[in-house]
Amino acid sequence: MSTRPARGFSIKEWVFTTDHKRVAVLYLVGSFAAFLAAGIMAMLIRTELSSIGPTITDNPATYNTWLYFHGATMILGYLIPALTGFFANYYVPLMIGAKDVAFPRVNALSFWLYFMGVICALLTFVVPDPPDIMWTGYPPYSIFSPGNTALYSFTVLLMGFSSIAGGVNLLTTIIRMRAPGVTWNKLNIFVWGTMGAFVIQLVFVPFIGVAVIMLLLDKYLGMNFFNATAGGSAIIYENIFWFYSHPAVYVIFLPAVGIIFEIIATFSRNRVFNYKGTVYGGIWGTVALSGIVWGHHLYVSALPAWLTPILTFTTLLISVPVGLLVVGLLGTLHRGSIEFKTPMLYASGFIFLFLIGGLTGIPNAMSSIYSQIHGTYWITGHFHYVMAISATTAVIGGVYYVFPKLTGKQCNETLGRLGFILLVIGANITFGITMYMGVAYGMPRRYYDYAQFPEVERLQYITTLGSYIILLAAVVVAISWIHALVAGEKAQENPWGSKSLEWTHTASPPPPGNFAKDVKVPDDWNPYDYTR
Amino acid sequence: MRKGLKWMLYGALPAIALSAASMAAAQAPDITEGWHALWEEVVWDITIIGVLFAVMTLYLLIRFRRSRAQENGSAKPLTPLAAFGWVMIPVFIFMADDIYLAAKNFELWNQLREVPANSYVVDVDSGMWSWDFRHPDGITETNELHVASGRPVHIKLTSRDVVHSFFIPDYKVKWDAVPGRTNYLWFNPKEAGEHIVTCTEFCGTLHSSMFGKIIVMEPAEFEKWLEANRREKI
Repeated sequence: MSTRPARGFSIKEWVFTTDHKRVAVLYLVGSFAAFLAAGIMAMLIRTELSSIGPTITDNPATYNTWLYFHGATMILGYLIPALTGFFANYYVPLMIGAKDVAFPRVNALSFWLYFMGVICALLTFVVPDPPDIMWTGYPPYSIFSPGNTALYSFTVLLMGFSSIAGGVNLLTTIIRMRAPGVTWNKLNIFVWGTMGAFVIQLVFVPFIGVAVIMLLLDKYLGMNFFNATAGGSAIIYENIFWFYSHPAVYVIFLPAVGIIFEIIATFSRNRVFNYKGTVYGGIWGTVALSGIVWGHHLYVSALPAWLTPILTFTTLLISVPVGLLVVGLLGTLHRGSIEFKTPMLYASGFIFLFLIGGLTGIPNAMSSIYSQIHGTYWITGHFHYVMAISATTAVIGGVYYVFPKLTGKQCNETLGRLGFILLVIGANITFGITMYMGVAYGMPRRYYDYAQFPEVERLQYITTLGSYIILLAAVVVAISWIHALVAGEKAQENPWGSKSLEWTHTASPPPPGNFAKDVKVPDDWNPYDYTR
Repeated sequence: MRKGLKWMLYGALPAIALSAASMAAAQAPDITEGWHALWEEVVWDITIIGVLFAVMTLYLLIRFRRSRAQENGSAKPLTPLAAFGWVMIPVFIFMADDIYLAAKNFELWNQLREVPANSYVVDVDSGMWSWDFRHPDGITETNELHVASGRPVHIKLTSRDVVHSFFIPDYKVKWDAVPGRTNYLWFNPKEAGEHIVTCTEFCGTLHSSMFGKIIVMEPAEFEKWLEANRREKI
């Protein structure tokens, strides 16, 4: 089907591209580069923690910089761009039968803003005064810090502008450019997840933008938003910061769970269970509640006493839409015909890992429990289960799923399975023990050293070994992709037998313009209709 | 009849208030035990839900794996009523659990936030990277706090520079020290012993070295310690 003339690789073509598929690939490369850099930091951090006292650095400031870079880059440079940059850009036009996004040049702008953001983050290793304020950048420390808070603020701002541009673009695309016949109630779950994520981004990104600009004003122009001695309050920042940054979890979660829905429906060859309940209850329920969950981050800082029990309840409520999404995933397996190819392994793994991550969030919603676990390894373990592991499972599984479409090549199943097994083992050792250290011993997070907790040293050591297994998993996954790129078998047009538009209506890889002729689907078409 | 009930209530009120006050003085609630009990309950709650869902997932994955006879999935579209039910029933179950946990949380939260009347008040000034304690009679200590067993300790918490967090893992209590504000927490040291107090809000280079000790002494010994330190001060 694809009769494109073979062309050589041209840097100019990639730099100036406005093709959504190429912009998507740029996002993918960028986010994996960010993952690599932040992953190296994770290994340094874990190695330093393997014993009490200096292990690989005797300078706590260096360690704090690693920690800052790891957190900020994993979230802003890897997770959000991989999910709302790569997957959203690549899939949305293909899934709705559009030739491209609504504003291709804005799309390119959005990527290059993100690129500048990554550069800004990487400058951490160039400037003489690297930021050490953690990804949360709490004042007054971020004002007093000898580190370069401006670099943090600009990284956040660039990523934020990139997200806003991407959000306007993809929301317009979904609303205006669906092919005839692709009606609202026939959209792929992933498209809905992307929509939910971008609505959250458009509503909440301005808040974190304001927060980090206030940091700049305080630190460099002598203003006093957060300076208590001049009548300011550090608590304002905590409120504004989390008002964005908690919903940001759902910016990552919704597209991730969308990918998992696609994979599970395809490999179960089954319709999505209770489609409307999943979309309107699960996805939009999460969006609707995302703005009233931030309070639990402030339970022990300065919330008014009467507000805390109310916020405990509103925070717990998020379990309702998220629970509906899990019910939807399980229901889609029911009466399916499940085939365990690599993407499906990752999708099934996601369910178990997310069960752990999601349910360990429930104690965090409860203010009385929080008074022990706030700021400890329990929190670190919990959000790594959700963000680092569940979301990464969706990213890796999603890349395996899209690989034949993206490259026209098929990945090796054995390598794919090996990587998955290593990841599951490594992740559970690392973050299971991390959570245990937090709740059983109260081991605080963001500690360079832990002389006051000698009893956890052995557990720390095992956790570090676990993280090396994750490293091994990442290497195996990378090898399997490189191997497939270089020496992989040619993929069939629709190797998974999906009924979704991106697989049934175009070649793998799709030509520029996506579809050879304009897409029009019949009234009884459905992306999950496997019964015909 | 109604009026009578109302008067009876009014009559009972002072008595209730009196007995409540004397009870509070006599025995502070054990918030550490309370935390353990609540934690245990939550862990049971999430473990039961987690195991249920995990077993269901495992069952579905095994039961519906692909066989030659069945190439395609065979799920039927839900009827509107079934679709509604599959939303409302999970919603009610999850919400019931949420309300239950929120209510349980409220109970302990009130105890955490209500300092017993007869508490020993200690002012804590936090700074990068140490804790300064000030006893009611003016004795000051850094990174070590001596208190008597058997009497609740009321910590009044502030910071002279950045946000810190005052955390005693053994007592399950923690609160942030925020510049310009006085926050509080309390704990009930029942027996003599030593406990770590450590910072759990990132506060700069030596954050992980910001820790000290709570030294709980028998009341008689504590009196001696106070006396000795008072004399030292003069």
